[in-house]
Amino acid sequence: MDVLGNLLDGFATALTPENLLLAGLGVLLGTAIGVLPGIGPAMAVALLLPVTYTVEPTGAFIMFAGIYYGGMFGGSTTSILLNTPGETAAVVTAIEGHPMAKRGRGAQALATAAIGHFVGGLVGTILLVALAPVVADLAVNIGAPDFVAVMLLAFIAVTSVLGKSRVRGFASLAIGLAIGLIGLDPVTGQQRLTFGSLHLVDGIDVVVVAVGLFAVGEALWVAANLRRTAGRPIPVGRPWLSREDVRRSWKPWLRGPVIGFPFGAVPAGGAEIPTFLSYVTEKRLSRRADEFGKGAIEGVAGPESTASASAAGTLTTMLTLGLPTTAVAAVMLAAFQQYGIQPGPLLFERESELVWALIASLFVGLTLLLLLNLPLAPLWAKLLRIPRPYLYAGILFFASVGAYAVSSDVADLIMLLVIGLVGLMMRRFGLPVLPAIIAVILGPNVELELRRALQLSGGDLSGLVNTTFSVVVYCVITVILAWPLIARLVRKQSREKTPAS
Amino acid sequence: MSRARNVSRWLGEHSELGVAGFLALLGVLVIADAAMLPPAVGQVGPIGPDVVPYAIGGLLVVTAVILAVDVLRGGHGEAESGEDVDLSEPPEWRTVLLLAAAFAANIVLIDSAGFLVSGTVLFWGSAYALGSRKPVRDGLIAVGLTVATYFLFAHWLGVPLPLGPFEGVL
Repeated sequence: MDVLGNLLDGFATALTPENLLLAGLGVLLGTAIGVLPGIGPAMAVALLLPVTYTVEPTGAFIMFAGIYYGGMFGGSTTSILLNTPGETAAVVTAIEGHPMAKRGRGAQALATAAIGHFVGGLVGTILLVALAPVVADLAVNIGAPDFVAVMLLAFIAVTSVLGKSRVRGFASLAIGLAIGLIGLDPVTGQQRLTFGSLHLVDGIDVVVVAVGLFAVGEALWVAANLRRTAGRPIPVGRPWLSREDVRRSWKPWLRGPVIGFPFGAVPAGGAEIPTFLSYVTEKRLSRRADEFGKGAIEGVAGPESTASASAAGTLTTMLTLGLPTTAVAAVMLAAFQQYGIQPGPLLFERESELVWALIASLFVGLTLLLLLNLPLAPLWAKLLRIPRPYLYAGILFFASVGAYAVSSDVADLIMLLVIGLVGLMMRRFGLPVLPAIIAVILGPNVELELRRALQLSGGDLSGLVNTTFSVVVYCVITVILAWPLIARLVRKQSREKTPAS
Repeated sequence: MSRARNVSRWLGEHSELGVAGFLALLGVLVIADAAMLPPAVGQVGPIGPDVVPYAIGGLLVVTAVILAVDVLRGGHGEAESGEDVDLSEPPEWRTVLLLAAAFAANIVLIDSAGFLVSGTVLFWGSAYALGSRKPVRDGLIAVGLTVATYFLFAHWLGVPLPLGPFEGVL
């Protein structure tokens, strides 16, 4: 077994004292960030990008993966105890989790969430191990036209499936693409959008863009709307489950990955949709459907397991295709670029050791998280008491330090503030941030591959659709784009039918 | 008088048109920059360096127009919610201005007065802007955080932050 051998080697790397320490640091930070309001895993990884200057790639990614999984774990704590979800993945958890806490079953809600995360993450990561090498093998032969098609699909999906307004999604995408243009044209070396400034010739560092959009933009937006009276978390004891709770939870735990993994793997907004689907499914399947809305444990167990598994799905796509489907994955991709590593089909060949160590560390991280979270949940909840001025002042402080550290250039700080203000505007007017960051990171690659494909075909546009794969992808894109139209037609037809029957 | 008030209220309700304006402006900028690219020398390929910028500029202008139409028809972007976000009250732009000022001070000070000063000013100023009214405690935390961060970056990450006049003190 090649895969098993690789995985064992991965464990050997992941279990060295230094990497174990980084994994522990990652899950601790991740959990804290998940619990803390206003700071999500994407922002956390963005703020930690400076560690890429000194920590070697394997260790850095072990830490980032710990933050990603840890953030999912921690996010449910605020959902349950405070009714304010820390991450989008934990929105659904609040629906049943908070009523449970109010009825004095907070400990059980936290326990089923933590174990659900462990199970979902475990199954998801096993799927990652099984599927990633296969996908990478299949994808290794994809050429420039296929690459362009997949990236365009990612752009369209992320703007159309997510969010409430398509035009605002496209606006965000276009802003990101424009930022990605700044600098030297990779083919001819001509300066684009630099306005003669030397600071802009190398483009805007992706660290500055990520930190500006996620950290500064978010901090400014929250500051403008800061809640005057902070909610009081419901006090809770050590999490535990009765036999009855386990009996009601284990099926939802196992169903979670079935929904979560595939949704995490496609660019459809990460954990938001699958957790909701999981909630609906559990409600339908439960024999205690009447308890839903008043604190049904299945409604916590299922969505939390789903959320964790979707993170594994996201990592699968990111590692095998180089395609980020969530904001965290996008920032992690930026980190890969800092090291000059291009995730994609070749990653498993070229950086085999790194990839397998990273995957092994996911198992290590999940175990650490379960050990940390079951007994320590009440302690984590204390983090909610941090004075908000210090929290957001700290975010701005570390954003500034991180951006300055890129090249010790004040111009980067000015760009950071400008991008932060753009991020503030986007949040105020409902422009989703994810399309922008994905466009900044993937835009230049798409342009390069597009021009490469057309060079091969001598400028003939048919060079973009000369493979079956790319044709299929463009068909999918057309369906997504035409979906509102199709939906309207279908609705009209069914409406015409109803009065007749 | 009342007309002026009506106009300002209309503008307030349609402030999102500013976003459309921003997009349009950005689009025109991208297109103008592409149009002014000097002719390339040597191997260019079938697509020059200006084609993709034209497309992106066009996308910006088109979304600007569609967004403007949407807003005029009564469409609204949904402001982002969050744990500490209270959308039931109008945003306090004064806080944002103060934060931006603290950040600007940080930008101006970091190379001249050094990171220890600029970092302290940024943290202390931000905490004040966000409503903290314990200047002494805030100041102590700001100095502690700044010094700790300096050592973290200089010794662990190998990124020396500028010390300015404090060169040689630490």
